[in-house]
Amino acid sequence: MSERASFDIRRMPGFVAIALATFLVLYAPIVTLVIYSFNAGMSVALWEGFSWRWYEAAMHNQQIQDAAVRSVIVASFASVFATVLATMAALGTTRVRPFRGQTTIYALINQPLMVPEIVTGVALLIVFATVKQATGYSGLGYLILAHTAFCIPFAYLPIRARLEGLDRSLETAAADLYATPWRAFRRVTLPLMMPGIVAGAMLAFVISLDDVVITEFVKSAGQDTLPTYMLGQLRRAVTPEINAISTVLLFISVAIVSAFFVLNRKKA
Amino acid sequence: MTESEISIRVSGVTKTFGEGASAFHALSDVSVDIRKNEFFTLLGPSGCGKTTLLRLIAGFDHPTSGRIELDGEDISQLAPFQRPVNTVFQSYALFPHMTVAQNIGFGLEMLDRPKAEVAATVAQMLSLVRMEALADRRTDQISGGQQQRVALARALAPHPKVLLLDEPLSALDYKLRKDMQIELKRLQSETGITFVFVTHDQEEALTMSDRIAVMNQGTILQIGSPREIYDRPEQRFVADFIGDSNFLEAELLTGGASGRLRLGSGHEIEASVPEGMTAPRRVSVSIRPEHAALTSGAEDAALTGTLKEIVYFGTDTHYHVALGSGGSFIVRRQNSRGVTETLEPGAAVGISLGPRSVQVLRD
Ligand SMILES: Nc1ncnc2c1ncn2[C@@H]1O[C@H](COP(=O)(O)OP(=O)(O)OP(=O)(O)O)[C@@H](O)[C@H]1O
Ligand SMILES: [Mg+2]
Repeated sequence: MSERASFDIRRMPGFVAIALATFLVLYAPIVTLVIYSFNAGMSVALWEGFSWRWYEAAMHNQQIQDAAVRSVIVASFASVFATVLATMAALGTTRVRPFRGQTTIYALINQPLMVPEIVTGVALLIVFATVKQATGYSGLGYLILAHTAFCIPFAYLPIRARLEGLDRSLETAAADLYATPWRAFRRVTLPLMMPGIVAGAMLAFVISLDDVVITEFVKSAGQDTLPTYMLGQLRRAVTPEINAISTVLLFISVAIVSAFFVLNRKKA
Repeated sequence: MTESEISIRVSGVTKTFGEGASAFHALSDVSVDIRKNEFFTLLGPSGCGKTTLLRLIAGFDHPTSGRIELDGEDISQLAPFQRPVNTVFQSYALFPHMTVAQNIGFGLEMLDRPKAEVAATVAQMLSLVRMEALADRRTDQISGGQQQRVALARALAPHPKVLLLDEPLSALDYKLRKDMQIELKRLQSETGITFVFVTHDQEEALTMSDRIAVMNQGTILQIGSPREIYDRPEQRFVADFIGDSNFLEAELLTGGASGRLRLGSGHEIEASVPEGMTAPRRVSVSIRPEHAALTSGAEDAALTGTLKEIVYFGTDTHYHVALGSGGSFIVRRQNSRGVTETLEPGAAVGISLGPRSVQVLRD
């Protein structure tokens, strides 16, 4: 009612200045990175005119192609596996009576959000080294397994949120209308939780695509993903090629995350 | 009623939630027989166990003890999808990811009926609830009253033996509720399905039901036709919950279906007495305000007193009388045009009671 009674942060002194400074710090480096990906020269700091040459160079670079394909394979498998597991976990934690130890299970599912990545990385390195020794297998399986593990909470959270918002009486109504438990799940529960599942999968995909730390520890020789390849390049001479790859990665991530938000808003 | 006329038989059903000290008896030893093709209403205040009883019949919950039979078969342990019973939920519970037509066809589809039959029944149901024009709408794009009709059509489509309706009209505004009440009665007589209807609206119960069960605190107090329930309430709660009532203390002189009674004023009068009640004893009686009339003289009056207040209600007038024998009494008189009010507060009045207007209560 009264204008002065409600707290309006926009009226606080310095609000505009702080907001602008924050956006500047957040986005100026990214904008610079994108701009220099179009630099005609060799430098990432000295502008010499517009060109697509670094995109062409990146596209024709065999190592980058391999890394990109590997990234997509790992992210695809990991996000699918993580989403399936997260869906089961979400059903298991919301579609049952409250039971003892529920909070513990909740914490265990979200463990990757809390344990420092570097710790997980080292731990996996040691375990997988032993397994590699024992089995002789050194394929992409380790990466996929590791990515699946840390992607689970990212897939789990939106699915669980969706399930909790779902009206239980719809499932009761399905049962009332002669749907067996399995058919009620297939025809009512699953379609209604689909937006959550798709959102979870997208989030998991982006998180996997982006990972450096755990990948760095788990990958075998010659198993660079795009982020670890880029990290490797940074140790040598830096050319705008890195900017070009970064820009492409950036746009893929932004596109997927935007789709995630659109999807969540439309079906909510 | 013979065995073959009974659709649902609830016998000795108790439902307890929780255990030990926190155990709560939502239903205590409830027994009721519901006839085939009957419009049967469960009426009672909030929390008396109406929904609980419906859920037990539908199979969403199982009784703690007791049996529920459908057409003579024990169904207490069957899952909801195995019972030929459908529910219209209070919240409608329409599937938001399906169209109106898909919602209505869902039950038949789950019964694996041929596609052509499903389509034909859906079309028939759409016209029954007058929703043909909106068949392909999503259910969140139709009004509350339309959702209600879809919920009804969806539950009717598989042609269940029994239809359970949990306060299906409570969310509607007055006008729409009146229309839907008529529509429900029409649907019931057209389909020949047994309706078990839950409401806490006494007027709705009286106008729509073949029989009413009045519930309170997990028990059924009285079962009867609307007229029986209204005219011959056997317990104070029933008389009080449905309509208005005057309560008096009296002396029952002789028992039987119509016994003799001495009122506090000393006046003796005939009264209906609940079955099996013995005389003589002190009893409470209930008298409906419209079953009494004011008289100017005290000669043939059953009760006498002083007029305290006159309240005009449009259709009728309420006269509040302080009785000479103690307590107060309300007389209701239907208004008609051209009649002027001759009485004034403070006047000495007599109250005459028509034959069979006095009902003896069990408690
Ligand atoms: N799952 C449950 N656990 C514990 N108590 C319950 C449960 N379900 C119902 N009850 C209790 O049982 C009693 C009867 O509930 P019920 O839902 O049958 O009432 P109702 O007659 O339908 O009331 P209303 O008119 O408000 O819908 C209530 O006191 C309620 O709190
Ligand atoms: Mg209820």
